[in-house]
Amino acid sequence: MSFPWAEQYTPKNPLTQWIDEKLPLPRLVYNAVGAGYPVPRNLNYFWNFGVLAGLALVIQIVTGVIMAMHYGANDLVAFTTVEQTMRDVNAGWLMRYAHANGASFFFIVVYLHIFRGLYFGSYKAPREMVWLLGLVIFLLMMATAFMGYVLPWGQMSYWGAKVITGLFGAIPVVGEPIQTWLLGGFAPGNASLNRFFSLHFLLPFVIAGVIILHIWALHIPGSNNPTGVEVKGPQDTVPFHPYYTAKDGFGAGIFLIAFSILLFFAPNFLGHPDNYIEANPLSTPAHIVPEWYFWPFYAILRAFTVDFLFIPAKLLGVLAMFASILLLFFLPWLDTSPVRSGKYRPTFNKFFWILCLDVVILGWLGGAPAEEPYVMMSQVAAAYYFAHFLIILPLISRFEKPLPLPGSITEAVLAKYGKTDGATVAVPAE
Amino acid sequence: MVRYGAIAVGLFFAGWLFISFLIGAVAYVSEPPVPTVEHEFHEAPKHVSFSFDGPLGKYDQAQLQRGFQVFKEVCSACHSLKFVAFRDLAALGYNEAEVKAIAKQWAIKTPSVDPATGEASTREPVPSDYFPKPFANNVAAAAANNNAIPPDLSLMTKARHHGSAYVYSLITGYQAQPAELLKEFPDSKTPEGLHYNPYFANLNLAMAPPLSADGQVTYGDGTKPTVDQMAQDVAAFLTWTAEPKLENRRRAGLATILFLLIATGLAYMSYQNIWADKKKAAA
Repeated sequence: MSFPWAEQYTPKNPLTQWIDEKLPLPRLVYNAVGAGYPVPRNLNYFWNFGVLAGLALVIQIVTGVIMAMHYGANDLVAFTTVEQTMRDVNAGWLMRYAHANGASFFFIVVYLHIFRGLYFGSYKAPREMVWLLGLVIFLLMMATAFMGYVLPWGQMSYWGAKVITGLFGAIPVVGEPIQTWLLGGFAPGNASLNRFFSLHFLLPFVIAGVIILHIWALHIPGSNNPTGVEVKGPQDTVPFHPYYTAKDGFGAGIFLIAFSILLFFAPNFLGHPDNYIEANPLSTPAHIVPEWYFWPFYAILRAFTVDFLFIPAKLLGVLAMFASILLLFFLPWLDTSPVRSGKYRPTFNKFFWILCLDVVILGWLGGAPAEEPYVMMSQVAAAYYFAHFLIILPLISRFEKPLPLPGSITEAVLAKYGKTDGATVAVPAE
Repeated sequence: MVRYGAIAVGLFFAGWLFISFLIGAVAYVSEPPVPTVEHEFHEAPKHVSFSFDGPLGKYDQAQLQRGFQVFKEVCSACHSLKFVAFRDLAALGYNEAEVKAIAKQWAIKTPSVDPATGEASTREPVPSDYFPKPFANNVAAAAANNNAIPPDLSLMTKARHHGSAYVYSLITGYQAQPAELLKEFPDSKTPEGLHYNPYFANLNLAMAPPLSADGQVTYGDGTKPTVDQMAQDVAAFLTWTAEPKLENRRRAGLATILFLLIATGLAYMSYQNIWADKKKAAA
């Protein structure tokens, strides 16, 4: 690791010494999430969400593997086997509701994790690779969640699959063959259901693999912090264990309480009633909407209503929807301000909160029916989304005058606790 | 370079969205959207209270039994209940012998195979059987019901917004088509063979009012079988068929949250304890 003062793994008993010689796995863990990883001492609660996202993934894998034991990936029985899981499998209702709501909570914590990265500038040098890998995880999550939603084979599953694969159908010339190839037929059917199940089982393990890379890339420069000022010496850090394991333990408790409230007392609150109707290719639901975590992107997709020259509006919507996520990959090079934390960027700060409000509004509009005045509102909101990242942010980072930064993390912490007696002035690392 | 490209892309998307907005706004002002008859006359479900409302509510077994009786004597003539088995009725308070008798006496028989000839036949249901379907297939169901297939009721209360209140409102919501509706939408007269009901999504449904008169069923527990009472009871029963584990879920939830509150409290104290020296500054 990059901090010379990091605590060293020193196995004490002969067995752990023996293991460390043959396979230093405990050493790896110690250095990754143990006492061997020095972390800035001033992290706030927003830094809990990375660990919570990992916890959410574990919940999804455990409940998902158990549900797969009772699930029949066939369009004739899928809906029935899910219902039998709910009714006749011991604690089957718990596994199913935990899995369905767990997906929502996974997205909630990941959105807060992304929010943290955006506000505190965690995507900036030297952490670009951490950010890029995080976006890869986010894309994989979206694919996994979409395919998982198809598996119960309810009305929204079926029509959602049809609409989302239809996005590829908007591509000129090759679009329809691609859609047919993705579905394994001209409409969602048994072939689609089977491949979605296979991929839905596979992708979480791919996500777990990319998470390892994400953490690896993070440990090269070390964690960012609320001031955005780099670590300057040992006094700026604390070992991950026990300091942040204890804090994450508390965070996990709060997370699980919130999760339990929804899971046990309102398990269908975030779902759509139509998905309790078995898939019926002959009956289109009045409003086809994806799960809530896709709503902002769905609103952008539907905001394009006018053809541009020879480009049909539908294709523009598809391009814009993909662009709205892909542009985040360029963020480290769009925002060139050397100051990371939004706390010290007065102009950025204002536009950033407008963006947050804008995304919430887009979310609301994505869940609303595709009629006026919602479409007009989503056009304005989507315009701001693109303008923020692609125009406003590059300009702000060019012209903004940031506020003075604290000299070091320790200085910021001492100021917070009212002691600036100079007893521990930061010592720059050599 | 990246930034110039980004600004160009941003100007294109934001600009085209803004132009689309202007085109939409002009159309919206010059030709305001025409309200539809559903938009104007569809009503949200009525307010009705049940014993299972709220986070700690429980099913009322007597009410579920009455609701089951309404289902048996009225609904089951046309509607299936394919995810519920006779054995599940034990949860309504019936004992083993009663469940057996209910299955044996069920009006619709379970499809089977004649053990001697191998030809299709039927037999009396047993407790492990799911409720047999009233029609052999969808074609038969549609033919007998003015071309509408009566939906399966197992999950009905979860397949509609505010499902329990929806079922109650739909059953008690039949009425004559309002005069204002016909005045405003002369083309929307309820077609022959359908029935006007403002609680149904498109206002006209094929099902005739299923509960038309007080006393349509005779309750064994002395409850007065008004239409309102029967509608509430069957809505409660269908809430149970959709969510039979509701009480287990809420019990498990209470225990889990109690445990988590204690565990989180301890985790908080351990967090404070470990960080005590770091938060007092001047380490």
